[in-house]
Amino acid sequence: MGNLQNNLFDIFYMDTLACSKTWIHSLDPRAKVLTTLLFVGIVVSFGKYEISILIPFMLYPVIMITWANLPIIYLIKKMVLLMPFAFFIGIFNPFIDRDIILKIDLTFISLLDIARFVDLTKFIEIMGLQNSTGVIEISGGWLSFFSIMIRFSLTVSAALILISTTGFDSVCLALQKFRVPSPFIVQLMFLYRYMFVLIDEASRMVRARSLRTFDADSKMRFSLFVPMIGQLLLRTLDRAQRIHLAMCCRGFDGHIQMVRKMSFGMKEILFIAGWSFVFVMFRLYNIPLNLGILLSKLY
Amino acid sequence: MSHHIVQADNLHYIYPDGTIGLDEISFKIHHGESVALVGSNGAGKSTLLLHLIGCLTPTKGDIRIGDYPLNKKNLKAVRRSTGMVFQDPDDQLFMPTVFDDVAFGLINFGVPESEIENQVMKALEIVGVPHLSKRSPHKLSGGEKRAVAIATVIATMPDILIMDEPSSNLDPASRRRLINLLKTFTHTKIIATHDLDMALEICERTIVLNKGGIIADGNTKELFHNEKLLLESGLEKPLTMQGLR
Repeated sequence: MGNLQNNLFDIFYMDTLACSKTWIHSLDPRAKVLTTLLFVGIVVSFGKYEISILIPFMLYPVIMITWANLPIIYLIKKMVLLMPFAFFIGIFNPFIDRDIILKIDLTFISLLDIARFVDLTKFIEIMGLQNSTGVIEISGGWLSFFSIMIRFSLTVSAALILISTTGFDSVCLALQKFRVPSPFIVQLMFLYRYMFVLIDEASRMVRARSLRTFDADSKMRFSLFVPMIGQLLLRTLDRAQRIHLAMCCRGFDGHIQMVRKMSFGMKEILFIAGWSFVFVMFRLYNIPLNLGILLSKLY
Repeated sequence: MSHHIVQADNLHYIYPDGTIGLDEISFKIHHGESVALVGSNGAGKSTLLLHLIGCLTPTKGDIRIGDYPLNKKNLKAVRRSTGMVFQDPDDQLFMPTVFDDVAFGLINFGVPESEIENQVMKALEIVGVPHLSKRSPHKLSGGEKRAVAIATVIATMPDILIMDEPSSNLDPASRRRLINLLKTFTHTKIIATHDLDMALEICERTIVLNKGGIIADGNTKELFHNEKLLLESGLEKPLTMQGLR
């Protein structure tokens, strides 16, 4: 119960963050949604073995967190909470894909992403790398696993930053302005609104159970958990019906409209254009690789 | 609408499981009247209210709201003229912010966008909570939620105000504010409640329901003096009248 309530307050905090008054917060939600979508789109567009080219994209979350004055520890905690999903998606790759595609020469200490841009043998020849002792070999499976984890961190942090600087309702409103189908937006809005009510209801049920559990082993038995979940579902259905009635009484016809003043000005255009330029540059040029080659040639 | 009359003729409703919800109910409520619907739990108060807003269709009998018989064709017009405040404000406040919630009905009823902000703020001022307009409903206290729920309804300027247990779960001060607020409304009011003291203060007329049927309909004070009637319908004399012998 304590955990449920704590999580509830934790989510409240995200709402509180969205009410801050930095210039990032004051931007039109549409600008932030567009930039985030572009960022996520570009980050997921890379091949499965790409790692080094993804590194510069970390600039976006870092700069946004700084500009918007967001608490980084809180965001990292939220990301860690979601981490297992990405972890289990990628963890089997190293066992399936065992081809060696990355070699790190300990003498040069050069991290080289070669799957896409450079032929492996040619690369070894150029860099003077040899497949002998002193060379760490990394399989494609591990590369793709780390690539998934980096992409997960980038995309999730971008989404968290969007919500913490814009607020969930404004994101929905922006999506509505982009003509995203109404049922989708209604579902999102209701999910967010009634998540709190549902958690509250569930925590009341758990509290009621724990107050009538007198044995030392207070863990919930599966046989009890099932009817409680069922009860929660029935209560949810009842509530959904009452909400629908309340909506119908106020003329609901399947569409939810909101009236908010939004202004899309020069600030927003510059914000989108600036970040788009940076993202496209990061997409077209492998900056870490080029930097590495440059440094290797210099020394 | 010229006359905000609410009329029920031989209203009968049987729930799908066979339970009788309403049993041959007839009444007529005139323009500007405040009527309390009282009765024990399961007497049929909420069922009757749901009929008045067209959420339930009677098995038998008719309802007229103002100039319209209540049927599918007139449903939108009827809902435009009636406003229902539900028992649990969480059911009524479903939008992300208080402002959006109050604006919801106005937008759906076609109020021009330029007037919405004005009308929303006016409704919030009437219930005394204009400062909450940007807050999320889940962060409000029980009393604040109730006030906002009332604002969502009065914003659309209904002719008839229907309320289900408006004073439940309120602290004494919030309850008093609610009573004072309701006294200022000139709407036709139909209030289902167990709070007989509130009914005594706000409603000059009371309809007593028992097992789905009307067992008394008349002046509130007179009915509440009838201890036999109150006992029969699972009620108790209002506290303010208990000292008066």
